[in-house]
Amino acid sequence: MTDKQQDGIFHDVVSPFCGIASDDLVVQVEGNTVTVKEQGDSVTRPGFETPLTDLSPRIKGQEVSLDEAVRHIAGLFNNSKQPLIGGMGTDLNGARAAMALADHSRATLDSQFSDAAFRNILVLQDTGYMTTTLTEVRNRVDFLLVVGTDIESAFPRFFERVVWPKESMFGQEIESREIVYLGKAPSGTASTSPGGRRAEVVECSEDDLPEVVAVLRALVNGKNVQAESVGGIATADIAGIAEKLKGASYGVISWSGSQLNHDHAEVTIQTLCDMIKEINNTTRCNGLPLGGKEGDTTVNAVSSWQSGYPMRTSFSRNMPDYDPYLNRGQRMLDEGEVDLLLWVSSFNTAGTPPVTDATTVVLGRSGMTFEEEPEVFIPVGVPGIDHAGRTFRCDSAVSLPLKKLRDSGLPSTFDVLTAVEQAL
Amino acid sequence: MLTKLTGGRVFDPEHGQNDVVRDIYIRDGRIVDAPSDGKIDEEIDVRGKIIMSGAIDMHTHIGGGKVNIARTMLPEDHAEALLERTELMRSGCGHAAPSTLTTGYRYAEMGYTAGFEPAVLPVNARQAHMEMADTPIIDKGGYAMLGSDDFLLRMMAANEDQEAINNYVAWTLNHTQALGLKVVNPGGINAFKFNQRKLDLDEKNTFYNVSPREILQRLSRAVTELGVPHPLHVHGCNLGVPGNKDTTLDTIQGIEGLPMHLTHIQFHSYGTEGDFKFSSGAAEIAEAINRNKNITVDVGQILFGQTVTASGDTMRQFAGAPHAHPNKWVGMDIECDAGCGVVPFKYKDQSFVNALQWMIGLETFLMVDDPWRIFLTTDHPNGAPFTSYPHLIKLLMDKSFRNDMLSTLHPEAQKATHLASLDREYSLYDIAIMTRAGAAKLLGLADRGHLGVGAAADITVYTDDADREKMFSKPDYVFKDGQMVVRKGELVKITWGTTHVVKPEYDGSIEKPLQSYFDEFHTMKMGNFKISDDEIVDDGRGSLTVQPLRQGGKL
Repeated sequence: MTDKQQDGIFHDVVSPFCGIASDDLVVQVEGNTVTVKEQGDSVTRPGFETPLTDLSPRIKGQEVSLDEAVRHIAGLFNNSKQPLIGGMGTDLNGARAAMALADHSRATLDSQFSDAAFRNILVLQDTGYMTTTLTEVRNRVDFLLVVGTDIESAFPRFFERVVWPKESMFGQEIESREIVYLGKAPSGTASTSPGGRRAEVVECSEDDLPEVVAVLRALVNGKNVQAESVGGIATADIAGIAEKLKGASYGVISWSGSQLNHDHAEVTIQTLCDMIKEINNTTRCNGLPLGGKEGDTTVNAVSSWQSGYPMRTSFSRNMPDYDPYLNRGQRMLDEGEVDLLLWVSSFNTAGTPPVTDATTVVLGRSGMTFEEEPEVFIPVGVPGIDHAGRTFRCDSAVSLPLKKLRDSGLPSTFDVLTAVEQAL
Repeated sequence: MLTKLTGGRVFDPEHGQNDVVRDIYIRDGRIVDAPSDGKIDEEIDVRGKIIMSGAIDMHTHIGGGKVNIARTMLPEDHAEALLERTELMRSGCGHAAPSTLTTGYRYAEMGYTAGFEPAVLPVNARQAHMEMADTPIIDKGGYAMLGSDDFLLRMMAANEDQEAINNYVAWTLNHTQALGLKVVNPGGINAFKFNQRKLDLDEKNTFYNVSPREILQRLSRAVTELGVPHPLHVHGCNLGVPGNKDTTLDTIQGIEGLPMHLTHIQFHSYGTEGDFKFSSGAAEIAEAINRNKNITVDVGQILFGQTVTASGDTMRQFAGAPHAHPNKWVGMDIECDAGCGVVPFKYKDQSFVNALQWMIGLETFLMVDDPWRIFLTTDHPNGAPFTSYPHLIKLLMDKSFRNDMLSTLHPEAQKATHLASLDREYSLYDIAIMTRAGAAKLLGLADRGHLGVGAAADITVYTDDADREKMFSKPDYVFKDGQMVVRKGELVKITWGTTHVVKPEYDGSIEKPLQSYFDEFHTMKMGNFKISDDEIVDDGRGSLTVQPLRQGGKL
């Protein structure tokens, strides 16, 4: 609940702009201007503070009414042989409306974040995993291994909120928590303990990460490794990490799919996840995949419960067909399979659609600019600023209420997509 | 608009009507008296047909995180069961873990008008309600899960009084929008986080020094004293462990007469006799149920084939993970609140253990005397998908069919059961009790599960057929809140059911310790944890129905 108080100050505001969905922000609203007063960071400040500019829909660059824009989009759908609904930067109800429209119009659905999200989803569908959630980590972690990821650049408040609280529920000495970065070094000092102890960094190039992780798993399982070094890291150092994982009471291994960009990074993640399961034969250890900003987790969740499948699902046969390769939106655009792209990006003006020959319709955040003016642009409200909504956090377990902070008059993605579906 | 169902054979156990030929009148979604002026807008001739109220599934995993993990992880299972969009229905898919839309359609087509999600993690309740909101036609509701949450265990470790615990339970039920209270492997999910691998009834959580027995007593007392109609819904210790029948018997004794519902009892009725060190404990368990009138159970029958097990019991799911089929599984620790485990499973009729599980479930059905205290479930999807209910009903109603099936199973398992000698066949009246009247009574649904004047017009009309599977698969008509939603086994209208909740009062003082608990230890604010009524109503498609508490309930 976000209680509006005097002077347009809102407390306990939830941020949908970062996957850890901090919900303790203090935000001031004056007219249409939103300012993060407390607990802001490099992700949430632009998220909340990007100014409103466009308020009117446009067709081919000409301002039109919302009704006209909706009718025009419906006409495009009616004439499309293969529509693609992409971007999918939206909240719960926006995702519901997109699903309903896709089902009705035989469209294919994909999200702008799928390349990263599927590095985890493919593991879930092949072997599964053991994971934990932010509050568990906050109270229990005694050893954190960060793999190939600079957490603080994408999740600036992760360490403050999750790793370095004042106290743990279980009497743990917070200062005793150990952090090791494997692969990539952190860009800042957020991981440094309150007492000033820096995280240990065991660096290698990303290309070497699959091999390093495979050796780590082998060492965890007591296998004999002949090589003296792997990816430039002394095997003894990797063995040291293996011992820490096995010796920890509650180890946590974290990564972000969006920062593991080597070919078939899902296999690296799978190796980590299989290793985590093996460690659990004797002690506790869990994965903590980070991601899920701007509705990423939400749209995969909604798609799964409404169709059985996450993103990359096509309704072209009048039923859901899932194929993480064939239904990759960018592939379909590149191969010229799509004649209509409806792009939803309600959180972020930078989330513009890919340039394509397909007729492009954009439901975007006010202020979005384009290399090429789309056929239709509708500035839509930001969930959690212009209208109420709900969003899932990166750990999928927790979803949070987003409150309306101002009266901009912008329609929600749900409003627009529902109107389009009804006009089909 | 007044609709008359003329001349049906009514099975309405709430009113003691066993095959009574009478007319039923429906107006504005309710069952009403015959109109004094005799004026009828629509008459449906149901002479010779069987009429029951809409069926209620009181334990079915239809919404929430673990169900959705199961959906996402099983694309190969869905691909075998794709459903086209029609003019009426959205497309969907799934057999073991169907999409929400498909779930609602299939339940309605089988004559079910309500289903209750039994494992709503409080921090995940918002998601459970989102998914149930996208489940058409049927009414729904959930049981909030406590017992491994650190707030309760801290209270118990601090030896807080029962009133404080009642207050916390009431607060949780309100703000998770729940109908009842569930406990899963009491304290065990929490203990697993401390690396304990089993937790017997009197074994202590190493950190809190609290035992499952104490948790069950505290929570059962809370539910009873608050006047929540549904007794504490218990998934006990040691699920699936050979020999767990003794734990279950201890659990029944340990509750000291308080009302308690033991769910999927089949999974908790195992002995250790025989060459395989695995045997049926059904006779002893059934005898204990018959003797202890405070106990109700649902069975959690297993049926053969591919399914997926989705449970809050991380500890036991981890132990069962080596049996995953296909070989993939998920375990999760969740928010100092609970956990979950999702393990796909294939029950095989030529497996000794699986065959015996099938027999144990049926033995339990047949040896528990009182159909008001036993409920028909497969613990969907854990024992089998809910779509197998008509088959299960036939197993209960048709002894020769049952024994024919039995004779095809693992031969050693056949030798280990007396099932073939059990002559009991459920009657239509028994089925109406266990799937309607009894379920509504157990859950405290005031206006459901019966066909008296004033009841919600949730009505199912079947053609009597000696093949009970056929009969219960395709009702002639299903009415939901007075609207015909199914005709000749096919959906004809889509409606959206209500969400049943209870709202026991609580003392606002509980929010003081909760506020500091959330602020100090959580990554979510207390205010953002609470699910508002508006979230359930959403865009107007959803609604809340607050069920009355038992008289005498108090904080």
